[in-house]
Amino acid sequence: MSSAPVLLSVNNVSKHFGGVEALRGVSMDLAAGEVVALAGDNGAGKSTLIKAISGVHRVDGGEILLSGRRVDFATPSEARASGIETIYQDLALADNLPVGANIFLGREPKRKAFGFLPVLDRKKMADAAKETMARLDFHVERFRAPVSTFSGGQRQAVAIGRAIYWNAQILIMDEPTAALGVPEQRKVVSLIKTLKDQGKGVIFISHNLADIFAVADRIVVLRRGVKAGERTPAETNGDEIVRLMVGG
Amino acid sequence: MTATATSARQESHGLLSMIVELRAWIFLLLLVIFFEVWARSAYGQSFVINAYNLQAIGIFATAPLLLGLGQTFVIISAGIDLSVGFTMGLAAVVSAHAANMASGVLGLDLFTAMLFGLVAGIGVALIPGLVNGLLIAKLRVPPFIGTLGMYGVARGAAYLLAGGMTVPVSNAWYAWIGNGRVLGVPILVIITVIVVLLMHYLLSQTRFGQHTYAFGASRAAAVRSGINVSSLTIKLYVLSAVCAGLAGALYSGRFAAGAAQAGEPLLLDSIAAVVIGGASLFGGSGNIAGTVAGALVIATIQYGLVFINVEPFWQFVAVGVVIIISVLVDQSQRRLLGGRKDE
Repeated sequence: MSSAPVLLSVNNVSKHFGGVEALRGVSMDLAAGEVVALAGDNGAGKSTLIKAISGVHRVDGGEILLSGRRVDFATPSEARASGIETIYQDLALADNLPVGANIFLGREPKRKAFGFLPVLDRKKMADAAKETMARLDFHVERFRAPVSTFSGGQRQAVAIGRAIYWNAQILIMDEPTAALGVPEQRKVVSLIKTLKDQGKGVIFISHNLADIFAVADRIVVLRRGVKAGERTPAETNGDEIVRLMVGG
Repeated sequence: MTATATSARQESHGLLSMIVELRAWIFLLLLVIFFEVWARSAYGQSFVINAYNLQAIGIFATAPLLLGLGQTFVIISAGIDLSVGFTMGLAAVVSAHAANMASGVLGLDLFTAMLFGLVAGIGVALIPGLVNGLLIAKLRVPPFIGTLGMYGVARGAAYLLAGGMTVPVSNAWYAWIGNGRVLGVPILVIITVIVVLLMHYLLSQTRFGQHTYAFGASRAAAVRSGINVSSLTIKLYVLSAVCAGLAGALYSGRFAAGAAQAGEPLLLDSIAAVVIGGASLFGGSGNIAGTVAGALVIATIQYGLVFINVEPFWQFVAVGVVIIISVLVDQSQRRLLGGRKDE
């Protein structure tokens, strides 16, 4: 992966909340077409790190570079505008709306009915939904049905589809497989592989070592706010990762 | 499961969800059939094919419907507006005063004075609407509490402005708006139909409507999509209040007087119309056509019971029972149709 351009560099980043140091001098890189797994026990700083990258938190020390340029996002919207999309565990879908409406939520396209009356362009939304879901190799037929009627894996795909439709280059996923059954977990893992093949950079938090070894190019382990280690799946095993996570 | 069995199940699901979707209209039809049979057997005349009855039901439906239209948006957003009844009363009193003052003090002609009254009634409703919206959006007061407080404030303000009495309006144009007919159709009904079309457009075809649905289903989804949820919330409660303001201003025309208690019984009716129309009080679902059907159900019950000489107080019992049935249907459809399907 050394030949692919580096999309994101986190250099020596620190963040504290009052007296608590959530991150101390953490560095990591993410290249195009690369999947980095972020592992660590509860309170290790995984969430703080992705929130720093996605514009929820501002860092207290160090810097974040996006394609070599230093960035300092004040809000998640700014990060999103720069191509960094975060998919939280709750997915934040409007369950009562169809796939297309979710992809376009907040940015709905319009057309003129009868030549003068501005109305929502539902056909454009449904077409874009179909095309986007096909890009993810997820073939759903019901583009008028609310997303509440879809399975957990499909809903994950809708959330990812919303991100990639708007040209996200970096996708950050928080526990994407946590709430899913085994077949659905496999679908999400293959979804991450699809994103990788399309040259996106993916950071995902996971507790599931099987998922991590199935899809990650590199594993970054955090412990109590510092980077405990960084490995490729080929040079390590589950036991070592767990040791890095809990220390000792 | 075989392919045919699956598609048969989906078809029965489709039929079931269609019945659930159209339940308010089906219920309205059953009600009309009931009164029709009663009218033919007891009085030997038709209930439906009777211009007088239709006009009366239409007029009965206007006030709960106008309040229900704004309430539909608020309920879809997972909120509730308890202040609509007394916002309507406040608007009725203010529009009556304004129309009288415009002709009496300012010396304007009656037509302009009527317009002045209508605008003043709608305009004064902006205040409770804006306050409700700010309380809920900015200070995070729960809608139930914020609008309940406004219920009291608007009620007090309306009675104070009316001096504890009703405010008579002597304005022929204003009375015409409230009681006149064009080609046999009451003007109140015409105005309400126009507002219905406008609200249907707003809810189903604009970003504002789409965001209202999204916000009602998931606040997090709306926030993370970059929707300005506090401005959306303020607009929703202002819209609800404006609908109540219009209802109040029209009330002053219909009864040639503004009264603080103009909308007192209508809070229940407005929520009933929305809920009977298929909206969920949990937010995220509902539509204008449903609310229209709901308001017609209420008006038909109210007028129909008078028509068949039942004690009018039964209407409260009937509307209450219908609300409870509607909520039960909504909950059972969640259980029946809520299952997720994989493809």
